[in-house]
Amino acid sequence: MVEANLTATRDGPPRAREADEPRDSVVVRFGADQPLRLDAGVSLAPFQIAYKTYGRLNEARTNAVLICHALTGDQHVASTHPVTGKPGWWDIMVGPGRPIDTERYFVICSNVVGGCMGSSGPSSTNPQTGKPWGLEFPVITIRDMVRAQAMLLDHLGIERLFTVVGGSMGGMQVLEWAATFPHRVFSALPVACATRHSAQNIAFHEVGRQAVMADPEWRGGRYLVEGTNPRRGLAVARMGAHITYLSDAALHRKFGRRFQDRDNPTFSFDADFEVESYLRHQGISFVERFDANSYLYLTRAMDYFDIAADHDGVLSNAFKDSPVRFCVVSFTSDWLFPTSESRAIVHALNAAGARVSFAEIVTDKGHDAFLLDEPELFAIVRGFLEAARKACGLEPGFP
Amino acid sequence: MTATSYQHDMTMQSTARAPGNVRVDHLVVAGMVAPGSKVLDVGCGDGELLRILSETRNVDGRGIEISREGVNQCVAKGLAVIQGDADTDLADYPNDAFDYVILSQTLQATSRPRQALEHMLRIGRRAIVSFPNFGHWKIRLKLLFGGRMPQTDNLPGTWYDTPNIHFCTIKDFRELCGTIGAEMERAEALHASGTPMRFAAPWWFWNLFGEQAVFLLKRRT
Repeated sequence: MVEANLTATRDGPPRAREADEPRDSVVVRFGADQPLRLDAGVSLAPFQIAYKTYGRLNEARTNAVLICHALTGDQHVASTHPVTGKPGWWDIMVGPGRPIDTERYFVICSNVVGGCMGSSGPSSTNPQTGKPWGLEFPVITIRDMVRAQAMLLDHLGIERLFTVVGGSMGGMQVLEWAATFPHRVFSALPVACATRHSAQNIAFHEVGRQAVMADPEWRGGRYLVEGTNPRRGLAVARMGAHITYLSDAALHRKFGRRFQDRDNPTFSFDADFEVESYLRHQGISFVERFDANSYLYLTRAMDYFDIAADHDGVLSNAFKDSPVRFCVVSFTSDWLFPTSESRAIVHALNAAGARVSFAEIVTDKGHDAFLLDEPELFAIVRGFLEAARKACGLEPGFP
Repeated sequence: MTATSYQHDMTMQSTARAPGNVRVDHLVVAGMVAPGSKVLDVGCGDGELLRILSETRNVDGRGIEISREGVNQCVAKGLAVIQGDADTDLADYPNDAFDYVILSQTLQATSRPRQALEHMLRIGRRAIVSFPNFGHWKIRLKLLFGGRMPQTDNLPGTWYDTPNIHFCTIKDFRELCGTIGAEMERAEALHASGTPMRFAAPWWFWNLFGEQAVFLLKRRT
């Protein structure tokens, strides 16, 4: 069943083209004279960043909001996705009159380095060889992603962000922004994240990577050159990961033990249960829009993330005397980035004397709650941004 | 400290309001805070006191609140408030992090009031504590003649359904201050409405006629 469905999508979109010439995006190309210095000890040059903007930058250039996307997200935060044709991944949060109001703020969202939607990554063309990078692409970190975003802001002439916001891997970037560039960020909204990836989360990621690499079509990462595609491996990785984004209660509420289009079990390995069918669908639709090697690189970047380790093992050192206003948000049923992780952030920020708010939202939707319709989250984001706007002297009606 | 915001409602039903619908007892507390200082409000409820402090005294205010609804309301108002419990989370704060740590109408709901008070004086250079006085004459009379745990307009809960598990009198509180080495810089006894009894009186008088008390404490160095 999996076999049939997955092979049915063999003639997917031309991923290599999207990686170099992304549709519906702006691309900034940094030349050999502007290398991105990576934590791995090497430089990436030339390289490119694909991004989208919404709203208008005010004259003082003080109303910029950077949205950092999660592992499988991209720059299409509030507009139609060019590959899937679906609405932006956070368009209930971002837009005219939305909590992140594009009539007030100049919203920037860029594809992370290592991604596959137009910023340099393993599926991009290696300028030295003229072929896709594959595993020749250097391993990147969350801090590398943030450094690249900082170069994008320099390019846009924005010295300081009004706020930086994101969930999950996006939240990691938010924390890294506050730790690495505290004076370029007025406020920060890390949602459903942590200052380090836990052993359990590294373990989940390793299962996903092994699934990709076990697919014979992965070809040691050279599938783009060899004309294959590790769809099955990537789909299985996505299926496993997707379970971690939900919760027991949410799965039960949505699917229970209901059968899919049948009244009785078939005594086979067909997708008898609705939940199986749903996961298979998640896996299949994911491989349509995502590159397998990018999945390896980005999960790796999350695994390496540990802010305290970069600051003598003391988390609060990372935020010492931070001028940034923080608002940390977690969800009760998130077991991937549980509330205890957010409390550790809050604890460190308090110890560092930083100004921090922290709210835990009751929901059974699990980690994915940050992407869904959670009115309490909207109220908190709205309230936090409004207070920050007053505090930094932006007029209520600006721009 | 269980259900702090609930507790606020329980004790303050007949509280007087100043112009702008401000609770009078909050104004008494706010009056003890030096302008421009850094304040932690423990059990900040819906954040009304923090709002008054930031608007009238230009205070850099932070809050801890146990109820999720309270916290989320505060954050939505733009206040720097975190979800936490006075009994467990005060230990996480470094020494001298604040000029004032305020515990407004919450002391009696903590499970270890002495420890909470000691942490407050460690975290803050000064502490402000307000609490209902269980030595008030009406409460004494109710117990003496009714023979049951007193219920009043300000303390309407039954003994088995109240977050208030550590009632004390003004006399008791002064004794605790002595035990932990806290210096009393100011004290006010308040009427039931929260308005201060603006005259000098011996402690026994306040302990009998003050329905609430507010203390400004300083760490003895």
